[in-house]
Amino acid sequence: MTARAQPLIVGAGPAGVRAAETLVKAGLRPLVVDEAPACGGQIYRQRLVADERSSTALYGSEASKAERLHSNFAALAGRLDYWPQALLWNLRDGRADIAVAGTNRQIAYDGLILATGATDRILPIPGWTLPGVFTLGGAQIALKAQGCAIGSRVVFLGSGPLLYLVAWQYLKAGVDVAAVLDTAPFNAKLNLLRGLALEPAVILRGMRMTAELRLRGVALHYGVEDVRVEGGRRVEAIMWRQGTRSRKLSCDGIGYGLALRSETQLADLAGCHFRFDQRDRAWLPERDAGGRGSVPGVYLAGDGAAIAGGDAAELAGERAGLALLEDRGLPHDPERAEVIGRALSRIGRFRDILEAAFPFPAHWAKDIADETPVCRCEEISAGEVRGAVGHFEISELNRLKAVSRIGMGRCQGRICGSAAAEILAGETGRGIDAVGRLRSQAPVKPIPLALTMAETGVKAAE
Amino acid sequence: MSRRLDVDVAIIGGGLVGSSAALALRGMGMSVALLDKGFCGAQASGVNYGGVRRQGRPLEQLPLSQRAHGIWPRLQALIGIDGEFLRSGHLKLARDEADMAALEAYAEAVAGQGLGLELIGHNGLRERFGWVGGDVFGASFCAGDGHANPRLVSTGFASAARRAGVHVLENTPVKGVTRNGAGFALEAGDDLSLSARFVINSAGAWADSFAAAFGESVPLARIYPSMVVTEPLEAIMTANIGMEGGGIYARQVERGNCVVGGERALPLDDPDFSRPRGEGALAIMNRAAELFPGLRHAHAIRFWSGTEGAIPDRNPVIGPSLTTPGLIHAFGFTGAGFQIAPGVGEVLAELVRDGRSTTPIDAFTIGRFAPVPISTRTDRGSGAGEASEPQHPRETRS
Repeated sequence: MTARAQPLIVGAGPAGVRAAETLVKAGLRPLVVDEAPACGGQIYRQRLVADERSSTALYGSEASKAERLHSNFAALAGRLDYWPQALLWNLRDGRADIAVAGTNRQIAYDGLILATGATDRILPIPGWTLPGVFTLGGAQIALKAQGCAIGSRVVFLGSGPLLYLVAWQYLKAGVDVAAVLDTAPFNAKLNLLRGLALEPAVILRGMRMTAELRLRGVALHYGVEDVRVEGGRRVEAIMWRQGTRSRKLSCDGIGYGLALRSETQLADLAGCHFRFDQRDRAWLPERDAGGRGSVPGVYLAGDGAAIAGGDAAELAGERAGLALLEDRGLPHDPERAEVIGRALSRIGRFRDILEAAFPFPAHWAKDIADETPVCRCEEISAGEVRGAVGHFEISELNRLKAVSRIGMGRCQGRICGSAAAEILAGETGRGIDAVGRLRSQAPVKPIPLALTMAETGVKAAE
Repeated sequence: MSRRLDVDVAIIGGGLVGSSAALALRGMGMSVALLDKGFCGAQASGVNYGGVRRQGRPLEQLPLSQRAHGIWPRLQALIGIDGEFLRSGHLKLARDEADMAALEAYAEAVAGQGLGLELIGHNGLRERFGWVGGDVFGASFCAGDGHANPRLVSTGFASAARRAGVHVLENTPVKGVTRNGAGFALEAGDDLSLSARFVINSAGAWADSFAAAFGESVPLARIYPSMVVTEPLEAIMTANIGMEGGGIYARQVERGNCVVGGERALPLDDPDFSRPRGEGALAIMNRAAELFPGLRHAHAIRFWSGTEGAIPDRNPVIGPSLTTPGLIHAFGFTGAGFQIAPGVGEVLAELVRDGRSTTPIDAFTIGRFAPVPISTRTDRGSGAGEASEPQHPRETRS
């Protein structure tokens, strides 16, 4: 063994698994740390308990990809270290603090591949905190990992490809899908025709799902505005406006999301530079074509670096692995790197088209009522955020955090951060890119006060 | 194109000291520019622990501390928000007999200062503060002390100053300040030229370079607090907690989060920024879970740190420059400036208007660092910090 510490891979989704595979093939022994109990990430998340469902039932058209990823990772056993159900909550200068089973293990690493994935992007609407409202990702996890639905009569709301995918998966699982409410106008979908040439399989799959939803009687509404969730103790109905017409539908579960947002806290703690990305409407860590971040030895791959989906994540994970090998002076495959580069840029062009087909509701901040809760953790309403901006004359997001508690709660801004930035930009009449981004702090997620320190102290994991 | 601004007083540094001085000066009818290289209240004033504490301060700080004590309950009237100020009392714990003896000695030394300290034995502690667990010998309680939200108070003073007519210039670093005839010329930001009759140097951890520009060298160092915040919990802590000898301090805010500190963070590559050390934060978390049984199953949801200016004798520099008429210093609060800062602001305003303050500040003169012949001074500096309370070097929180 060399004296160098292990490379550390964070995340065992498509990007993390392919990165691990690439390093193992080259003779390195990485440590893979993942919060989930089994590999697969969100898109190929595995069920918690074996049940009678087939892979096709779980992953639909992506079943073969999911199976391949799971079995490829299982085949690496013994040639890497894998810590599932482990929370990496702090990073600095080649050291990471990882909470595993109530114990903190501080490890040294040499080379860091961040494959941290994404979560749903949310903008609060009246009633969004009622029990029965889930994110689209959450609704999908309930189905995939736990084999249960979020309600017996469910409405799916928002924008992005996941909206239709999850609605279709629920339909397939035998759940009564009452409607799909798309915040984008129908004519935005015409952009998808441009995508046919680039990714025909993806577009056709989407069209087939939409057709199936229609055939099975699911109402699809476009250009949905002024959405409100109603209910006493839990969701009872959803109301919205389409043009001049107000509508209402009773339901007991809602899946909601406006595309995805990258999980960038660890890249921030690792010291990476960020730039504003118009397409994702977010600050993302800078990276080169190989996935190298601005800090030497830090590599970024998958949805955690920029939203691009599962296929791109697999490619980017492998590409980041190749970059690490190259930077270490180890044998690597430059031709493969080029092939991946071309594939990723094609997916990138396709993402531009998807974004145009599922545009972000940029007018939200202007319309959101003062009484709507924005931060669930600290219980802060849109009006309180606006009040703080006005009273303290705030122009920057971290200052807004300081005076309003927005982004200070359990979620550290992962849920409320986008909304807070939108309100701040709206109130100050500036672009969303001008209000800054929340600086990440450890712990990236809550950790127990009584977390004990491993006796081994700082050392290279073996 | 350059902008020009002529004011009576230019204040370098929009922390709590600078912004409270700006507000007080404006109240005296003066024109004021408050300049900050970043955002007002974003450094030490806004990132400290938030203790509003007189107990445990060196004797020479107590007159200033008492003056500030009168200001805290008036925040609503002064700046439009109460800053989440809670007069919870400050409970300083003793781990053993020696700690208790130190608390008793301090109580005796400050007996005439109006702090109203109350010494509490082990049994009394169990009865009145049953939420304190661990192996605690006794405590000293200062009922009039409390805590507040530093982020709100520091930002609130700057906003109030702006509303009162102060030119609050954020993201405007002062690039040069020189004596110019009867006053000063300042260059700031990209294109701002200021003239001022007086300059207040309240630039915190960055103040030494401005002092040095006028031939006054100060042993100013940087320290970085390291705070841990729990998720919101039911009401547990009724008082702001300190520990004789240092090691831990804790308070619970109205929202329910407990704020616990006691370790130091480390600077990042850019020493203006810092981050708590993982093992340091864990140590303080474990200590808190041990000392407060109510926190045993709680989660930490947030850490924070910041940059503070520190001086070896643990007292700030407050007072006129000894080389340059019209220049007044106020910095180096060594992690204990939050409570006294609003009082310091008033003192600075008096120094500008009257040339003297009604509150004794001689102990804080910048002259205590000047190399002077051994025959007139000892090498003990002002002797500040050696007064009555033996303080552990780790405990520097306000």
